[in-house]
Order: sequence, then structure tokens, then C-alpha cells
Amino acid sequence: MEEISPNYDVIVLGTGLTECILSGVLSVKGKKVLHIDRNDHYGGEAASVNLETLFKKYGNYQEGTKPWEAYGRPADWNIDLVPKLLMSSGELTNILVSTDVTRYLEFKQVAGSYVQQGTGSKATVAKVPSDAAEALKSPLMGIFEKRRMKSFIEWVGTFDVKDVASHKGLDMNSCTMKEVYEKFGLEPGTRDFIGHAMALYLDDSYIDAPGKAPETIDRIRLYGNSVARYGKSPYIYPLYGLGELPQGFARLSAIYGGTYMLNANIDEILYDGAKATGIKATMTGIEPEMKFETKAPMILGDPSYFPDKVKVVGHVLRAICILKHPLAGTNDSDSCQLIIPQSQVGRKNDVYIACVSSAHNVCPKGYYVAIVSTIAETSANHHLELQPGIDRLGKIEEQFMGPPIPIYEPLDNGTNDNVFISKSYDATSHFETTTDDVQDIYRRCTGEELKVEGLREGVQMTEE
Amino acid sequence: MADSAGAPRPSSSVKLVLLGEAAVGKSSLVLRFVNNDFQENKEPTIGAAFLTQKCNLPTRTIKFEIWDTAGQERFASLAPMYYRNAQAALVVYDLTKPTSLIKAKHWVAELQRQASPGIVIALVGNKLDLTNASAAAAAGGNSEDEDEEGESGGVSGGGDESGDARKVSTDEAKTYAEEESLLFFETSAKTGHNVSEVFTAIANAIPETSLKSTRGPGASNAVSRGGDEQRVNLTGPRGDAAKDSCAC
Repeated sequence: MEEISPNYDVIVLGTGLTECILSGVLSVKGKKVLHIDRNDHYGGEAASVNLETLFKKYGNYQEGTKPWEAYGRPADWNIDLVPKLLMSSGELTNILVSTDVTRYLEFKQVAGSYVQQGTGSKATVAKVPSDAAEALKSPLMGIFEKRRMKSFIEWVGTFDVKDVASHKGLDMNSCTMKEVYEKFGLEPGTRDFIGHAMALYLDDSYIDAPGKAPETIDRIRLYGNSVARYGKSPYIYPLYGLGELPQGFARLSAIYGGTYMLNANIDEILYDGAKATGIKATMTGIEPEMKFETKAPMILGDPSYFPDKVKVVGHVLRAICILKHPLAGTNDSDSCQLIIPQSQVGRKNDVYIACVSSAHNVCPKGYYVAIVSTIAETSANHHLELQPGIDRLGKIEEQFMGPPIPIYEPLDNGTNDNVFISKSYDATSHFETTTDDVQDIYRRCTGEELKVEGLREGVQMTEE
Repeated sequence: MADSAGAPRPSSSVKLVLLGEAAVGKSSLVLRFVNNDFQENKEPTIGAAFLTQKCNLPTRTIKFEIWDTAGQERFASLAPMYYRNAQAALVVYDLTKPTSLIKAKHWVAELQRQASPGIVIALVGNKLDLTNASAAAAAGGNSEDEDEEGESGGVSGGGDESGDARKVSTDEAKTYAEEESLLFFETSAKTGHNVSEVFTAIANAIPETSLKSTRGPGASNAVSRGGDEQRVNLTGPRGDAAKDSCAC
């Protein structure tokens, strides 16, 4: 076993996507990175696991039985623990392309983006219109509403925050999205799918917040641009599951000199006064165990490595379901997102369903993996909160649902202790908040903005 | 995907992964293979995703996408992605270092456990130049121009000028290779001896049925062939240009 260097520029704890992107970027920038995970696999909370691991994680089977054996080879399953999709014109896609990590991964389109209207037996599911032409065909709106929607979408396309002439007489710095909707005379149901299925807000707080309109318009545009890129939906998804993403960035980091170590427990974070200076750790899974100590002027990590430096900001509920059929009403899509806006089911937060299948090499042929999620609003009976989503699934072969998952945020920004902590993966259906966190941590720990465009150009390898 | 040579020979991408203990010459073997015959076509940086090199067979062209471990094997932290859809593996040991063969056997077992069932594995004993056999071997070509970093092709071995530093007998390794149905070669990355033969033998051993002309990693997977029209190329033309830069 080789030696650990006594000094690094950065120590990164946890191999979730946020940590791996940062590790990759910092290595490309010439930093000497040591990247450690206590688990025997990459991905941390954002890993993809096989079916046997999933059963064991949730413990929903009888001792001595092996229910996973009914589902083919466990290794054919790559089930995401965090249900997210990539916006095809989003920031994660930019980072993947500028770092060339795309060369390790293959992506497929997600076949459709759907929204539910109504509830119970009257519920209908319809494709989310992404442009003016689709709006005119959508069953979600009546004939007059379609025209209003068309003019709204066209306006979103021409809106320029700097050009007052494009503001329709509204003061975009202070007006609310509600005023914008009223300007176009859009009905509540239409506002619902614009705000929740296109701008992808999880609740309705954006509507009455003054000055939120430009952000909302940006989000609608991101949706529209993402759909326009490949055509079927705004989303793409990596073959073999989301767990491939951290692995790809870890490889990037390693190629630029990053040192990787799994199976390593952090015994202690070393401090000099308030400032973190290094770690003591033990690499397990080898004989004999290897204890080591190493120093670095900054430590990055996910919340699980710093339980006393983070706070809980909410809880997410998730049910991972194995199906043998596509979701009803989605035109037999091999993959989709289905959003159930809160207003349709008497909630404050939307219920999301993300569905992928063997088309993405995450399960054997004939199976579908659907993950229902929402933000917890009550302290008990969480399965009832997910029920509107579960109702959409039809017959469920297996269901995995644990206790509410806490969402952590760091207490401090890291300038006092040189410890820079990421946020948990939130309830949004995409990675935009994850990449925001990456940019934010990078800014805090290096004092610079992260510019990913051209990141690898002009970087020479030491070996050459 | 057609290159300027223009022959309508079917061309397929094959992912080849390198495994073996540090300093046995994994990178040197690849650099010898990629540089020796086709110097001008080397990828611009070591920091590239992987090196690519074409191998022309009588009936088809195999384009190797050669993945280096990037050091991730050091603390047992190679990702599943590394093995994923690898159709070939080069497991390298150092002829002068018996422990490196033990390590190589470990990697072979790991490949048999994790990689696709049909993977072609070649066991390669490197640093033949440090043994007496090197005198007999056709020592062709230059030796000084492309040894790189610590993992070089031989100078770090333990033999003195005239002695034989070999510590692993050909028979021992060959017998093991036959038991496990591996291709077997002894090479010198330093002199170039047997290097291109290894890759040609691998190319020949890849079953025709497992070859797909689809580009990109994972193209060869057998799990799902449907719905390929949904695959997306994030890099667009840029990626294609890079991929074909080693046309030969």
C-alpha cells in the first residue's frame, strides 16, 4: 500500500456529486487533492445501488429470504437514491461538456415531461407544453386560454430584463409573478403548470414575492431551451444511473493528480484554534488497517462528515418503486417526469415522480423504477403525503420507503474554520441547485468565481 | 466516423482497460503502442479521457479506447465505471517482481467478477529488456525517447548490466494464463518488443458479435439495444472531431 502525502492543498470528504465536481475542478486547476469516502463505493447520498443493496438498506424483507433473486441479477440494477434528472441546457451539462467528463458517460433523453391536473378519479395527465406550438395543442387548456398561453410564451422568448420596452409596462424589479400572470389573463390552472411544471418551483411562494418575475422567466426559458435541445423533454439521464456522475468527476480529478481512497473512516478533524488543519483517518477493508494523518489548509465535505456544523432545513419523503409497466397516461414512455402540482392535491409542496427503465440500463428489461418524492409537511403519516404519487403508479412490485430524509445546510460559510460544507440534495427534480452549491463553495474556498468554460484549455499535465 | 484513409472496412470502438501494480509499465506499454507506429496521432495530453489508437485487421478496424487507471487503483478505489463495458483488459506485471504477478492475478479475478462476461483479458509480463531473453528478442527501435514518469518501461528494474533480473518464469505465468484462458505475452515497452503484437492479438480475439459501430463508451452493452434514437451527444461535432483525431 502506498504512502499518503503529509500535505495536500485540499482534503475532500464524501464522494457525492457536489464533492466530486469540486474535486475534479480543483485538480484541473492544479490543486493537490486527497478525496476520501467512508463507504466502499462512490456517490455517498447520490449513489446508485443494486437491488440487493436496496433491500438491505431498507430492510423490508424477512431474515433469511432473498427477495432480490426474483428480479434477475442484482448487478443489472442501478437504482438512484436521489431522484433527479439533468436539464439538457442546464449548468451540470455545461460542466460535463467543458470538463470532457461526457467522454466517460452516455446520456439518453428522458422521453417526456408530464403534469397532472385534477385529482382522484378525475385526474388527467398531460404533456407539459414547451413552446407556443405545443401550447396550442395541449389538452390542459381551453381554446381561449391556449391563445393567452401562446402569447405569454412568445413574450417570455423576447423578454429582456434590460430592455424596458419588453416589460409590458410592468416594473420588473418590484412586480410579482402574479401581476405578470394577470397581465396575460392566465387562469389558475395554467399558472399552476407554468410555475410548477416549467419554472419547476416546488411551492407557490414565488407568485407573491416582489421582484421574482425575472427569475421565473429565466427558469421557464431554461425549461424551453432544454426541451429545444433534443426535442422530447427538457431532461437527459446517464445510462447506468446518476451514480455514474460522481464517478466521472472523480476520474477527472484522478487524471489531474487527485488521490482517491474509499473505505476510510475519519477519526478526527484536526484544528489549530478555530481553523481546520488536517485529518486523522483509518483506511479499512485492508489488512492491517492503515492509520494516517495528513494536513491541508482547507477541508471540503458533505454534511454527514460535520454533524455539529450543519442544521436541518427540512425533510424529503421518498418512495422508490419497482414497476413492470410504464406510467399511465405517459404514452408508454420508457422514462418521464410527472409533476403533481400541490394545488391539485391540497398540499403546499408538489409531488414528483421520476421514472426510468431498462432503456437507461438501470434495471433488467421489462422493469421500471419510479421514485415518488415530496417535501414533508406533517410529522406523521408520511405515506399519506406521497399517496397522490403512489396512486399514479398502478401495480407496484416492490416499494422502498424509509423515514423522512433530513435536508442539511451548513451553519457557516467556512471562512472562520476553513471547512466548506455542501448542502444535501434537495427535493428539486434537477441538478441546478446542486451546481449552484458547487459554484458557491468554489467561490467561498478559493475567493474566485468558477468559470467552467475552457477549464481544461491551457492546462498542461505534469507528466508530459 | 469515416477517416481519410477511406477504406470501407468496418470500424468498431473497443474499450480497453489497463490494470496492474504501480510501476510495472502500464502507461509505457500504451505510449509505446500509441506512439511507436503512429507518433503524430497521439492524443494531445495525458489528461485526456483516454488514449485512442486504431488497429487495422484484414477484415475490420478496431479502434481501442484505452483507459488508464489514473492512479485510482492505489487505494482500492477504482470505480465500477472503469470496468463498465470494457471489452478488453491488459493486466500487466513486472517480470522482475513476483509480487506484481500476485497483484495481476487479483486483478484478473476482479475482472472476472465485475466486468462483462465476454471480456478479452491479456496477461502481460513487462520489462523483458531486463532479462537475458532480451538479447534474443528482436530489440528494434529507439529506447530513449518516450520513457515517462516513474512507471517507465524498464530502467527502474533491479538487474545489473549483464545479469538476468527475471524473477517470474515464462512457464509459471503461461500456465496460469492458460488456466484462466488469458492471452499471454512478455513484452518490453522500452524496446517495443511484442507490444503491438499484444494489441493485435486482443483485436483478433474480440468476438465479431460483440462489436458495434456505435460510438462512445457503453456502446457495446448488450443489456438494451432498443431506443437508441434517444441517445444524445452532448458535445456535438466537437466530440466527433476529437475522436477521429487519431485516424491512421
